[in-house]
Amino acid sequence: MTVDLSNLRFSQEHEWVLKIGENQVRVGISDYAQKQLGDIVFIEYPEVDTHVRANETMGTIESVKAVSELYSPVSGKIISVNTELEDTPEMINENPYKLGWLVDVELSNIDELESLMNEEEYLAFINEGVE
Amino acid sequence: MSGSRITLRKPPLFPLYEVYGAKVIDFGGWALPVHFSSILEEHHAVRTGVGLFDVSHMGEILVEGRDAESYVNYLVTNDVTKLNVDQAQYTAMCYPDGGTVDDILVYKLEKEKFLLVVNAANINKDFNWMKLYIEDHVKVTNISDSIAQLAIQGPKAERVLQKLTHFNLSNIRYFGFAQQVNIAGVNIAIVSRTGYTGEDGFELYLDTEKAEALWLKIVEAGAEDGLKLCGLGARDTLRLEARLPLYGQELSNRITPLEAGIGFAVKMNKESDFLGKEVLIKQKKQGIHRKIVGIELTGRGIPRHGYKVFSQDGDEIGVVTSGTQSPTLKKSIGLALLDKDYSEIETRIKVEIRNKKIEAIVVKSPFYKKV
Repeated sequence: MTVDLSNLRFSQEHEWVLKIGENQVRVGISDYAQKQLGDIVFIEYPEVDTHVRANETMGTIESVKAVSELYSPVSGKIISVNTELEDTPEMINENPYKLGWLVDVELSNIDELESLMNEEEYLAFINEGVE
Repeated sequence: MSGSRITLRKPPLFPLYEVYGAKVIDFGGWALPVHFSSILEEHHAVRTGVGLFDVSHMGEILVEGRDAESYVNYLVTNDVTKLNVDQAQYTAMCYPDGGTVDDILVYKLEKEKFLLVVNAANINKDFNWMKLYIEDHVKVTNISDSIAQLAIQGPKAERVLQKLTHFNLSNIRYFGFAQQVNIAGVNIAIVSRTGYTGEDGFELYLDTEKAEALWLKIVEAGAEDGLKLCGLGARDTLRLEARLPLYGQELSNRITPLEAGIGFAVKMNKESDFLGKEVLIKQKKQGIHRKIVGIELTGRGIPRHGYKVFSQDGDEIGVVTSGTQSPTLKKSIGLALLDKDYSEIETRIKVEIRNKKIEAIVVKSPFYKKV
């Protein structure tokens, strides 16, 4: 799967952020993260209209083997969640950057995007972690 | 996802894990593959085809000498006097208070020579425990480091393995074994029709140095039948569906074999005395207060080891010992140690997951039985 990642921003918790509106972003987990987790079988995301804060947990993602926290890369209000994933959580493994998106957030502080990594920085970040 | 700097023990086939793309993680101090491709793929391969596991981290303890049989029989709850040479038996080894030291396989190699296969995390504990009860004319040796173990499992296991040997594998019955079998030019000390997956299959014990050669031969022979390399992740989901206990979860020094539901491996009436007998007899007579049962979540979530279980009235009634999303059944299943008043099939219970109480029900187990 080749995806153009140049429009994405990444967090240190391996979430990606895509700007989808003036003040709105879509959030998912990176390809690296889904590979680390393995087969994803369950997702618990925040409810629509709840407020999330950057670097705080907003839900849970479970693979066959393990339970992991889902961190919000930004602060704001949840405006939409990908309910398709309830029945097909494996979509996160198969297509993490498109069909496997998790939530849409209305930003409360657009400046937070500046602190996230771009593609190049993120790839360097992953490589550092591996060594 | 942070790495640790603790040195992990590496099994003999460790160099191959990397070659075959395994994701290696820390399993009780061992660097072991959690999966090669994906847990689900590997799981399905074993249920419908064939999978190959390296389980060389398991321990092997050799017991031999004039009184080997009576010595082993005193240590274990099952009756090893019922074994013929070339038969294996599943058993528990108990403390005098009935708690479980380990669950093990006993292979009768000769009249007074037995191989005990023990859990990796328990090797030293078991060996030291056994030495405490050592008798004259019995020699106990921990040969774990010189023995590798490969498990080939699944409905196509025999077919794949048979390609590599002239020995007629269909002669080996369930829990039977053959010794000194030539497979692909490698001498295999023991080939047993045993496993930890709920499927047909074999476990192969051989010299550590020969393990890599055998692994490569099996991979080659299995290619046309879609053999998958399998990690510990699939081994865990497979054994859980088949309701095979895992030491440290369904069994421990605080859980007796009767509570764990492996009473079939406790022979109260065997002739010899055995460690734990008194307590276990009493427990059987008076009835156990808690037992391992199968559960299924009816609400959303996946039960995991350590989650608390509650009654509909909100009383804490036990704990989840193992749980997963069953790859075969596509349901959230688990095993739980529950107060026996709540252990009847179809009893409605709740499992606490991240501070929420999720609806669940006690169900029949095993969850999966091969046809």
